[in-house]
This record gives sequence, C-alpha cells and structure tokens, in this order.
Amino acid sequence: MGADFVQFSLTPMLIGTLAALACALPGNFLLLRRQALIGDAISHVVLPGIVVAFLITGTVAAWPMMLGASLAAIVAVLLIETIKRLGRIDAGAAMGVVFTAMFAGGVLLLEQSDTSSVHLDVEHALYGNLESLIWLEAEGWGSLFDWAALSQMPPQVVRLAVVLGVVAGFIFVFWNALKISTFDEGFALSLGIRARLLGFGLVVVTAIAAVAAFDAVGSIIVIAMFICPPAAARLMTDDLGRQVAWSAAFALASAVFGYVFAGYGPLWFGAAGSVSAAGMIATVSGLILATACLFGPKRKRIGAAREA
Amino acid sequence: MEGFLSALLLQSGYNAALVGIGAALLGIAAGGTGTFIFLRKRSLVSDAAAHATLPGICLAFMAMVAFGGDGRNLTGLMIGSAASAAVALVLVDWISRETRLPEDAAIGAVLSVFFGFGIVLMTVIQTMTSGRQAGLESFLLGSTAGMLFNEAVTIAIAGAVAGLLLLLLHRRMTLVAFDPEFAATTGVDVRSTDLATMGLVLVVTVIGLKVVGLVLIVAMLIIPAVAARFWTERVDRLVAIAAVIGGVSGYTGAAASAAYPNVPTGAIIVLISFGLFAVSLAFAPVRGVVASLYRHVRFQRQVHLRQGLLAVARGEPIFDGLTLKVLRFFGHIRADGVATLSGRAAAAKALRDEARWEVARETHQEDMSVARFDGLTAIEKVFTPDEIAELDRRIGDRIGVVA
Repeated sequence: MGADFVQFSLTPMLIGTLAALACALPGNFLLLRRQALIGDAISHVVLPGIVVAFLITGTVAAWPMMLGASLAAIVAVLLIETIKRLGRIDAGAAMGVVFTAMFAGGVLLLEQSDTSSVHLDVEHALYGNLESLIWLEAEGWGSLFDWAALSQMPPQVVRLAVVLGVVAGFIFVFWNALKISTFDEGFALSLGIRARLLGFGLVVVTAIAAVAAFDAVGSIIVIAMFICPPAAARLMTDDLGRQVAWSAAFALASAVFGYVFAGYGPLWFGAAGSVSAAGMIATVSGLILATACLFGPKRKRIGAAREA
Repeated sequence: MEGFLSALLLQSGYNAALVGIGAALLGIAAGGTGTFIFLRKRSLVSDAAAHATLPGICLAFMAMVAFGGDGRNLTGLMIGSAASAAVALVLVDWISRETRLPEDAAIGAVLSVFFGFGIVLMTVIQTMTSGRQAGLESFLLGSTAGMLFNEAVTIAIAGAVAGLLLLLLHRRMTLVAFDPEFAATTGVDVRSTDLATMGLVLVVTVIGLKVVGLVLIVAMLIIPAVAARFWTERVDRLVAIAAVIGGVSGYTGAAASAAYPNVPTGAIIVLISFGLFAVSLAFAPVRGVVASLYRHVRFQRQVHLRQGLLAVARGEPIFDGLTLKVLRFFGHIRADGVATLSGRAAAAKALRDEARWEVARETHQEDMSVARFDGLTAIEKVFTPDEIAELDRRIGDRIGVVA
C-alpha cells in the first residue's frame, strides 16, 4: 500500500468507482420505469457520436467527444420515440432497430476514416482501458496534497467527479418529483409535475453519465453499472431512498473489488499479468446481483410468497 | 461499382461467393426467426443471448487448447458459444420469473455480466503462452475476410437447419405469439414452444458470430421483422417478407464488403437492412408514414368540405382559411367567396343529406349502418335509392306538418 499503489492503482480505482456511482444512481429510476435497456442503447450509440465528433474536429479531445456522444444519445432517444409512434412498434424492437443501426454506422465510419494516428477503435469503445489511467507523477500518499502532482492526475478523475456531482444534484433536486412520476405518472401530472419533461431530463442525465463513464471505462461496464447495482438493491428493500443507498454501496463494492480482483487476482492463482478491470467490475456486479437474487430479503414479487 | 456488381453475380472468386451465400442464408434464417420473437415482444432477449456467447467462445478456445487441439476450430467455438448463450437465456427466464425484477432488467444484467466476464476471459487468453493469438476479437464484429471453406459449409448447413425448424414450428409459434392461453387450450405446450423459439434464436446467433459478430447479430433478428411488419397484417407473409429482407441485406452486404475496401461485413449488412426498414417506414401502403399522412390530409379536406358546404347552404360566413381553400379547389366558391352554381347545388345536397341522416337516425335506430354515420360517408353508400326516397318522403311529411 505504498507509492506503487498510489501510482498505479489509486486513480483507476477512483475512476472506476466514480463511473460506477454516476451510472448506478440514475439506473435506479430507469429500472423502476422499465427503461433499464435505455442505458444499453445509449452506450451503443456513443460510438457513432464519438466518431462523428472526431471526423469534424480532427482531434480526440475530451469535450468535443462528449458533446458528440451526448448528441448521438439524444438523437437515438428521439429516433426510438419516433419509430415507436409512427410505426406502432413495441419499445424493445424500436430500440433494437435504432441502436444497432447507429452502432453499425459508427463501425463503418470508423473503418472508412483514417484513425490510425489516434487511439480510437471498437474494442476500446467496448471495454475501455481503465488500467492505463495511471498517475505516474505520484510519489506516494503525500502527492495527494501536492498541487503539482495533483494537476497531472488523469483528467477523467475530475471529469467524472463533476458528472457524478451533476447526476447526484439532479436526483437530489428533483427527488420528490422523480419519485412520484416514476411510480404514478398520472398522479404526478395532476400535481402539476411535468412528468414527460422530467423523464426526458432523466434520459439526458443518463446519457451524460454514460458518456463520461464510457470515456474512461468502456461501454460494457456502463451497461452493467446502470442495471446490476440498482437491480440488486431492488431485491433488498421496498424503500426508494434505501434502494438508492444500497445501489451506491453495491456499485462501490463492484468497482473496488472488481479492480482488486482484476489486478491482483491472477497473482493469487500464481499466474502472471492481470485481466481486464472493466470486465471484472461487471462480473463482480453480476455476482452481487446473483447473490441478491438468491438471498435478497425482498426478492419475491408481492403476493408471490403467499402463493408458494 | 464494377467490383460490387461482379460480387453480386458471384463472379469475385470462390471465397466471396461462399460468403455471399452464407450471409444470405443467415439473413433468411434470422429474418424468419426474428419475426416470432418480435411478435412475442421479446426482441431484446436475443441481445442477451448474443452478448452471452463471448464467455462460451473463450472457454471453448481454452478447452480446445488445453486438450492440445486447434483453438480456432469454428465448430468447437460454436458449440461453446451456444452453451453459454443457452445458460444466459435460462438465467433471463429464471430472473424474470422467480424475482420481482422485470424482464428488461434481467436482459440487461445478464447481457452485461456475461459480456464482462467474456472480456475477462479474453484477457486471460491473451496472456496464455500456449494459445496462439486467436483473433477472438473478430467474433465481436464478425470477419468474413479469411473464411475457410469448411467454415462456410458449417454456416450454410446450420442456416438450412434453422430454416427447416422454422418451417416445422411456425404454426405453433404463431399461435403462441398471438394468444398463449388459446394455444394452451388447443394442446400446444407454450413453454416448450417458447424454448424452441429461443433455440432457433440461439442457432441464428451462433451462425451469425462469424459473419456479423455478436454485437450486431441482434440487428439481423430485429430489423427485418420490424420492417416487414409495415407491409402486411398476415403472419405467413410477415415471415416470408422478413426472410426476404434479411436474405437481401445479407447477400448485398457481403457483396459490398467484398467489393470495397474497409467495409466491415456485419456493419454494412445491418445498415442495408436499416435502409430497407427506413423505406418500409416511409412508403409502405396503409402503415407507412406517407400513406398515413395522405389519409390524414384527405380526412381533413373531407371535414372542411362538408362544414364549408353546410355553411354555404345556411348562408353563414366562412372565416377558416383551409375551408375556403378546399371550397375554391373544388370550384364551389369564387375567389371573392361567393358560391358558384355548382357550389350552391352541392351545398343544397349537403344540407339535404344532413336532414336525411337525421331522419335515418330516428327510423333506423337498431341499424349498425346508421351508427357508422360520421358526417363524412356519402348517404348513397349506406342506403339504396328507394330507401333514400323513403327518407325524403318522411322529410316531406315533417315539413308538411310544420308548415
């Protein structure tokens, strides 16, 4: 737990945790609104957004990428709604049509354009590169108080911290409105809550979280973090506040243990090297969900226990 | 373009022809199978199956290497991927039945966790000294470039098997998709039919791995079915149209990928089928956007015409711009808003019909055809000439009484 840890493990772990939290918080509401797969769709359409942003600006700077990805996410959500309405197609199929087509477009654009000079490829988009986000300038725990070293931290740390702040702020400010409109949209409308606008806001916040996390950890972990911790939390309690707290705890545990297992796990088995941290974080969140499915105190539907 | 044409005509060499035929068969099987999961509203379950093939591929590779074989044997990898996808489908089913989580959450959870675990295994393989760098990444997005003869044959046979199963099962699957309760009462086992449908999805997914890759295979199951839905209301035609759309996209996509540089097969197949979907969405008769728009405009004009004519007949002023435009278009009023001769005749007829309908509603209260009155159907379409004459007589009587 010395200088090596701070240099090589602290920042990836921190970034993984921040990303997991930023995704898990809005994931709670998506889960309850039966929109869990919106996270899946958004994380797929991020790729074309990023490629288009790269083709326009010619750089892989963070902000144009994030802007492009957010726009792509919003376009995707609008397209899904349009197809659902115009074609009277069910939501799942409409989503499947849109996100696969947009992802395919992204892949084609990527292959067609010359991206050999920059680090932009599909594998990176899918499972990110958490391990590379190290903090070389750190010399030990003391560096945390050293401004010069701090400023050399991977920029993802600050970016994800800001995004987590935005996500948490959105949920905190609109807590009551979100809660009511999630459980009873009609009642929310009668209270004067603009439920549809709020729903769209939730999707936008989801997109921001997905895009920021995607940049650091790849899309697959984003999907896992949107769904697994909230789903496991849903099986623990009937209270929304507690559910959100549980999901944050599960997200934290997935990120930390996932990173530790990925980095040090193979060593315990006597193997050299390490395995994908993003993949391991998703795996750990799945194990947590599996445990909750088997032993969670509220795992059954209401009434199902009595029938059995 | 020349290269594309020759690829379309199977003239670009043996391998390209094999890939083209394989992709077409895959598209047909995927389109047909996808129709049933679309009708059952479970399209995205196949996404879970597709992503869940990754750990199976990796484990199969490791097992084959451990036993001293060639880790890249396609049949072995296909069996491994089918096994892990089957586990995933069972898990999705179990989670959504046994816990309070909805099916979409189960799908997303299983999909991401299996895929994540697959990525972990893939990094393990990369550090294995014995495992030749297998290029397992090619299964993510498919790669037909280096397809071998026996791989193409495997794909063709599996595609044919899927098509055959589809033929055998399509009646049961139709029943279950539309009315599971009724299907159960007629002795169809709903659960096993659902399982068989998922089995077909599994077969298609596994064949598709090599051609379009596991991230995009779900598109071949969903998009053709959704596109076909715009063209017909009958299941057998729906399956056929979806199969054709899938086959055409697969075939032309493979040709385009062979003819042009840097065109990944999977992506172009998906984009072509999306293009066919967009055409269907826009131009299909009845359900297409253009057709609905046309119906809307025609309805709007009918309403404005009727209201305008009634206003003319009653001598009321007309202020609505669209009404004036419609009346002018039919030559019922002049540019200055004064009714023409034909306009006055049509207006008188509209007023008369209104009166006829009023009488008809009283005298034919039990009659469904009168209930259909929406103010727009011409009275001649509902009543025979002598019935109309009878209505006119009653109107005459009434006027006689009042006067």
